[in-house]
Amino acid sequence: MDWRGWAEIVFTIALTVAVGWPLGIFMARVWAGERTWLDPVLKPVEALAYAAFGVDRSKGQNWLGYAAAALAFSAVGFVLLYLQLRFQNLLPLNPQGFDGLSPHLAFNTAVSFVSNTNWQSYAGEATMSNLSQMAGLTVHNFVSAGTGLAIAAAMARAFAADRGENLGNFWVDLTRTTLYVLLPLSIVTALVLVAAGVPQTLLANVEASTVEGAKQVISLFPTASQEAIKQWGTNGGGIFNVNSAHPFENPTPFTNLIEVVSLNALAFGTVIAFGRVAGARKEAKALIAVMVILVGVAAAAIYSAETLTPQPAMISAGISDAPSNMEGKEVRFGPAASSIWAAQTTGASNGSVNAMHGSFMPLGGGVAMFMIQLGEILPGGVGSGLYGMVVMALLAVFVAGLMVGRTPEYLGKKVEAREIKFAMLAVLILPLTILGFSSIAAVLPVALEGLLNKGPHGLSEILYAYSSAAGNNGSAFAGLTANAPWWDTTLGIAMLLGRFAYLVPVMAIAGAIAAKPKLQPTAGTLPSDSPLFVGLLIGIVLILGGLQFFPALALGPIVEHFQVLAAAR
Amino acid sequence: MSLSFAKSGAIDQGVVITALKSAFTKLDPRQLTGNPVILATEVVAALATVSAVVAISAGQSASFPVQIAVWLWLTVLFANFAEAIAEGRGKAAADSLRATRVTTKAKLIIDASRNAMIPTPAHELVPGDVVLVEAGDVVPADGEIIEGVASVNEAAITGESAPVIRESGGDRSAVTGGTTVVSDWIKVRVTSQPGSSFLDRMIAMVEGADRRKTPNELALAVLLAGLTLVFLIAVVTLTGLGAFSGITLDPMVLGALFVTLIPTTIGGLLSAVGIAGMDRLLKVNVLATSGRAVEAAGDVDTLLLDKTGTITFGNRMAVEVVPAPGVRPDAAMRAALIASLADETPEGRSIVELARNQGITAEVPVGATSIPFSATTRQSGLDADGKSWRKGAVDAVLRSLDLSEGQVPAEMRQAVDRIARSGGTPLAVSENGALVGIIHLKDVVKPGVKDRFADLRRMGVRTVMITGDNPVTAAAIASEAGVDDFLAEATPEDKLRIIRTEQAKGRLVAMCGDGANDAPALAQADVGVAMQTGAQAAREAGNMVDLDSDPTKVLEIVEVGKQLLITRGALTTFSIANDVAKYFAILPALFVGSLPALGAMNIMGLSSPQSAILSAVIFNALVIVALIPLALRGVRYRAIGAAKLLSRNLTIYGIGGLIAPFVGIKLIDVIVAALKLA
Repeated sequence: MDWRGWAEIVFTIALTVAVGWPLGIFMARVWAGERTWLDPVLKPVEALAYAAFGVDRSKGQNWLGYAAAALAFSAVGFVLLYLQLRFQNLLPLNPQGFDGLSPHLAFNTAVSFVSNTNWQSYAGEATMSNLSQMAGLTVHNFVSAGTGLAIAAAMARAFAADRGENLGNFWVDLTRTTLYVLLPLSIVTALVLVAAGVPQTLLANVEASTVEGAKQVISLFPTASQEAIKQWGTNGGGIFNVNSAHPFENPTPFTNLIEVVSLNALAFGTVIAFGRVAGARKEAKALIAVMVILVGVAAAAIYSAETLTPQPAMISAGISDAPSNMEGKEVRFGPAASSIWAAQTTGASNGSVNAMHGSFMPLGGGVAMFMIQLGEILPGGVGSGLYGMVVMALLAVFVAGLMVGRTPEYLGKKVEAREIKFAMLAVLILPLTILGFSSIAAVLPVALEGLLNKGPHGLSEILYAYSSAAGNNGSAFAGLTANAPWWDTTLGIAMLLGRFAYLVPVMAIAGAIAAKPKLQPTAGTLPSDSPLFVGLLIGIVLILGGLQFFPALALGPIVEHFQVLAAAR
Repeated sequence: MSLSFAKSGAIDQGVVITALKSAFTKLDPRQLTGNPVILATEVVAALATVSAVVAISAGQSASFPVQIAVWLWLTVLFANFAEAIAEGRGKAAADSLRATRVTTKAKLIIDASRNAMIPTPAHELVPGDVVLVEAGDVVPADGEIIEGVASVNEAAITGESAPVIRESGGDRSAVTGGTTVVSDWIKVRVTSQPGSSFLDRMIAMVEGADRRKTPNELALAVLLAGLTLVFLIAVVTLTGLGAFSGITLDPMVLGALFVTLIPTTIGGLLSAVGIAGMDRLLKVNVLATSGRAVEAAGDVDTLLLDKTGTITFGNRMAVEVVPAPGVRPDAAMRAALIASLADETPEGRSIVELARNQGITAEVPVGATSIPFSATTRQSGLDADGKSWRKGAVDAVLRSLDLSEGQVPAEMRQAVDRIARSGGTPLAVSENGALVGIIHLKDVVKPGVKDRFADLRRMGVRTVMITGDNPVTAAAIASEAGVDDFLAEATPEDKLRIIRTEQAKGRLVAMCGDGANDAPALAQADVGVAMQTGAQAAREAGNMVDLDSDPTKVLEIVEVGKQLLITRGALTTFSIANDVAKYFAILPALFVGSLPALGAMNIMGLSSPQSAILSAVIFNALVIVALIPLALRGVRYRAIGAAKLLSRNLTIYGIGGLIAPFVGIKLIDVIVAALKLA
């Protein structure tokens, strides 16, 4: 641990927010249907898309219509992707001649990509054809991110509305965010990554002879393009099994910086766009502050855990001045870059990794897991982070807001029984899915077969897997062999619940919020842009999340941490 | 009989004993269906009892399970007691009201032309019946006077013993069942259905008989039920996670963990807080027809206030006498005084008062004749010994003095203009046919009103003054009283219109009124406070009735509403914040046997695992009792603005709620260990 590490963490977060800010301003224009400088090129494409699918862009939808459109779109996407993966052996662009996926793996993977999770029960370089990667997975990397952003746009309009029910048109929002935001960002980023040494090719493999004369097969793939949207769309599913720790996905500290910034920037930008559309710019800044503080604290906690926790193995080997824990970390990145990445990817439901979280010190891995369990709102997935944070803000305002002696309001909308009901429904999904499945898997022999470790670390592997799935994160705590019917199926269900069972109450909240009159703040209104509110929201996020998962974490990372301390003594 | 019982803050012994009894009858699970948190606690208490009995019958040491079971039952009982004691105060009030129900027979008029009557029991009267009520009779039902005038003692309803005049026609024609006619007679047309009279509704209200959950209570109940489910999941899934770690968890201990985590504090006190809110209103002699109205009072954004009676005293008062050129000030004052000696109107008396304050006195001259005010002369005064004194409307006095506009001294004209511009009323005074000065009559703003409006403004409540005065007068009073806005030359229709406009902007409006023509506005307002002395239509339309008929009461009503919401929020925050410490008490106790490393989490240094669990359960139960007074009294409301109020309450109930259980559980653990209870 040294000052350069701390500086790297601070710099990375600051740069991420700085990049996200203008993106948010731009995205607000895209949501509002205003002219952008990309119009000359993209307007015809947009018009063509509407014509092809018969979208009447002037027609708005109420919350039910909007939610139904999003669900129908995802359902169709799921079926098509499932079939494509099952039968990729019959389809072109399969130079390596990979087989079709097993039913459970195809189910798991299709759910995974449709739900913006990108949990990978497979190793990409040994499973997926080029067509599956490009026309299957990458497509969903775009549109699942677009779906999340569209719902954030609907939520923003709900807060702007005054006794309305029109939340916009899902098809238009999906088309415009994908076309004007995700696509240009990805193209530019892919080109920069190619320039920085990331491969982009449709060639199969390169064969090389090693110094010792052995033959080595090196997989290449169109990596750069996949890498760009993997980060911008908070997808996280890498071409290669080890994800951004792989030298082709992430060859240098420079590409590492680009990737870690693009991992969170758009989620911060979504908050800015929300603030502009909802007419709550100051309040949006408060939400950003909550996210930045918590992600910063998480990065600091992981960095401290990785550099300060005594390592029993080193001590027993007689190495007194042991360096930081480097197991599972890339030497070219080191502990600081690995810590900030871990905090940002688990705070963001991205799930790409540049180091192996399962090899972190217990507290480091525990913090990463806790970040997911807090609901993927720091800053969360693109779109989903925003609406998750809005749910938490509604709860925070409701609990503490009563203490100013009025029915609580958030952004000029009264928070009443209907919103609280749906907010609690949404909040229940994570503990039910994560703790429910983990508790069963922890005693089910067929589940335990896939587990490498016993004891607290084994429990962490189970908890992490379901947290990652239900939180739509997608990162893994190595040690779990997940490509088996039990894990593929239950993790698939967890991903479905985490995305779509959450989405419906969120849309219901948007509908209820839109229907309310928009109130002007008075001196009696709870301010939702003050440092006090930031503190309050942080408190609610931590306490609510902590109370749900603390007992489980105590049996996993926390007890392991104390065991490590005891062993080091 | 009066409502003075409601004014005493102390809880008497009888109420406590009744509440203790009803705490046990409320153990019936059917009574707890509306309160999922306490119902869940009861279920766990029952399960713990079973497992304690099993332990005893198996001959094991049962001290620990028995104690846990007992404290879990006590948790439920404490919560029931809190509700019962809040209800008990209302019940006592209801009982004394019930005693005033009419038992004598009413004189039902069956043939108006011949005044034929038959004695009929009061409860058989239906709307439309006409009854005769004579001196000494109790009014048998709510109704409208159609004939006659009488003085009525309304102490049974208002606690005010001075009789009031009720007469047919106008806004004073309503009579309430249970009040007593003291003199004269009236014929009353019954307006209330049997069993739903004002008195009946009042009894039902204070008793909480038809207490329904208010919107905010409903939302809070959803939140609490949701949290209960979250903790159910967290605790039940521990069995599987524990089994993986080689820990067999005692179901009783898991149950104890569950109960300490679910928000029993606010769950147990929620209905008590609501009832206590109604009770606090009752203490200021205001009856709300629903809890919803009390809650809405806290949310009010705009307060419509009648100028007269609310902001000003309702009577114009003399504040100065401007002497005419060449007249000594005390001479002018003295002339004004003599002109007013025979004047018994409030304005006249205020002139006498002003003179006395300036040390000027005068006796009524011997043999004086008083000249009363008349609509044609528009002046009044005295004649004695050939001398005359007059005061009256400026133009009327000038005309009787034969002074044309141009003959009036410039100083006098300026004084008249100045007074009119400031919203006052100028009166001219003449002595022996000469103009001696101008009296300045002014609407006097009640002391303290301005501060209260400032308080309201700090809490985001806008005040709008409604007056029939002209805009100049209205503006002057509005600025003096410090209201945010005013409506001059207002008609009752304007009130309705202004309420609708405000509501269209999403604002909640409160107003008070007493006239029949206020009824539509009272019904439209979110909080409509009718005066007890007001018209029957107004009392039906409003959702609150002020028994003291004091329009300023609406300010207190807003404060009570706010206090109610603040108390709920404070207890919820406290309850949730408490959980952090409970984890640190119980989790290490649960796991330390199999995973000794987790002993490091026992940061409170509790003496043993059993003691830790027992202490947490005891703390959880006792904190309900400890907070009953706060729930009943309410968190103090301060008009310091939302931001300051939040930071203050968040510090006390949020941070305090985090710290308090660490201290409390540790203390209980020390006692439990010292007594060797676990």
